[in-house]
Amino acid sequence: MKIKINIGAVSEPMQSEKLKTGDWGTHYPVVDKEKCTACKTCEQYCPDLCIEVKEAGEEKFAVVDYNYCKGCGICSSVCPFEAIKMELKDIFKLEVC
Amino acid sequence: MKQVVRGFYSVAYSVKLCRPNVICAYPITPQTEIVENLAAMYANGELGGAVYITAESEFGAASILVGASAAGARVFTATCSQGLILMSEVLFNAAGMRLPIVLVNTNRALSAPLSIWNDHQDSMALRDAGIMQVYVENNQEAHDMIPQAYKIAENRKVLLPFMVCMDGYKLTHAYEPVDLLSQEMVDSFLPPYEPAAYLTTKKPLAFGCYAPPHIYMEFRVAMQRAMERARDVMLDVFKEWAEVSGRDWGGHIAVDFPDSKIFVVAMGSVAGLLRKVVEELRNDGVSVGLIKIRTFRPFPVEELRETLKDAEKVVVFDRSVSFGYEGPVSIELKSAIYGYSNAEIYSFAVGLGGRDMPKDFLERIIRDVAEGRERPGFAFKGHHEFEEVIP
Repeated sequence: MKIKINIGAVSEPMQSEKLKTGDWGTHYPVVDKEKCTACKTCEQYCPDLCIEVKEAGEEKFAVVDYNYCKGCGICSSVCPFEAIKMELKDIFKLEVC
Repeated sequence: MKQVVRGFYSVAYSVKLCRPNVICAYPITPQTEIVENLAAMYANGELGGAVYITAESEFGAASILVGASAAGARVFTATCSQGLILMSEVLFNAAGMRLPIVLVNTNRALSAPLSIWNDHQDSMALRDAGIMQVYVENNQEAHDMIPQAYKIAENRKVLLPFMVCMDGYKLTHAYEPVDLLSQEMVDSFLPPYEPAAYLTTKKPLAFGCYAPPHIYMEFRVAMQRAMERARDVMLDVFKEWAEVSGRDWGGHIAVDFPDSKIFVVAMGSVAGLLRKVVEELRNDGVSVGLIKIRTFRPFPVEELRETLKDAEKVVVFDRSVSFGYEGPVSIELKSAIYGYSNAEIYSFAVGLGGRDMPKDFLERIIRDVAEGRERPGFAFKGHHEFEEVIP
């Protein structure tokens, strides 16, 4: 099959959105809404713009975009209120015999 | 009109005539006066609408030019040695993005030890980047090569960066009579650059995108094909140049005395001296010719096979070393003629870091090969015997 490639790997912008990187990591962040003060520290430190403080009715708290979060854990380590815990994905919970 | 100018000016003046849109550079000996001359032209309002940007490093300069070239500008920079290898990450990208950036490399040795003098180690380090490399013999050839470089690089069949390699000091600092081109001549030879794809707010694009394993290889194959098409494009442009300028510098290689039994192979300014040596040896009855390799990338495979098919001995003078093997020109020449010639190859690395290569020195090496006092293989010539000690 003959495929077409653009010279110089030139493409339309935002194509990388199609590449969901959320399944790359072994761990994922879980935000404790009670402890979160919506201070936005995690938002500023996330290297992939994957955590954002959002409003839900009366509440404001950090929300993770699991489609792209690679599970680096920076949000968890910078959180001043220990509101973000890194948890192991179920598929990595292997039983060792 | 012929004027006595330095190598720097012969390049800078030629760049000006090519009407670049963006010039960006960082100074490094022995390149500095090329960009100083261009900066002076810019300050005097002689560069039309061109923008001259002073960068904070060679990495910055190359990065700025990638952006400018992607935006559709005709761009220029000059560098060498540490500057070139600092640019290298960006230049590999420029080649992959198929940006026709033209740069002049004023060949200089690499550190350590620190040396500002001439050899070819710097440009050889960029051998595999996907950048066309042409080595010039004198300042007229450097002057003539700039418009040709743009015409070749910007050809839609090619679209790869082009590096004009000229020997630092030996050419850059030398005063030579140079027949300076006219604006009319360059304008009629070199059309304005029409980019295939370029950055604009009307149609946003991303250059050099992410390519996972299922698609990466195709882009690299495309670069190789572009390089192969460049062989023919170069020959067309070289021929056209000979017609319009009256100066024929040859094709991918330039051969003197093609019927010889022994051939001397070299690149760059030393070819001029070797031509004289070869002529004198012929007067002494030695059947020796000269091959000046002009285009190192793409490598002149067919031309070397044809020229060397009946040769008995080949003497290669390399100005750099691939440590752990031998000189790169020799390595590539052997690979090119394998199966096509039974010539014995005598490979010598000479003139590293500006070590002098006087005429009688070169003549003695060729004579020793001709008279059977050398064995085929690789050797350094022109260094002292030494012992490495711990201080």
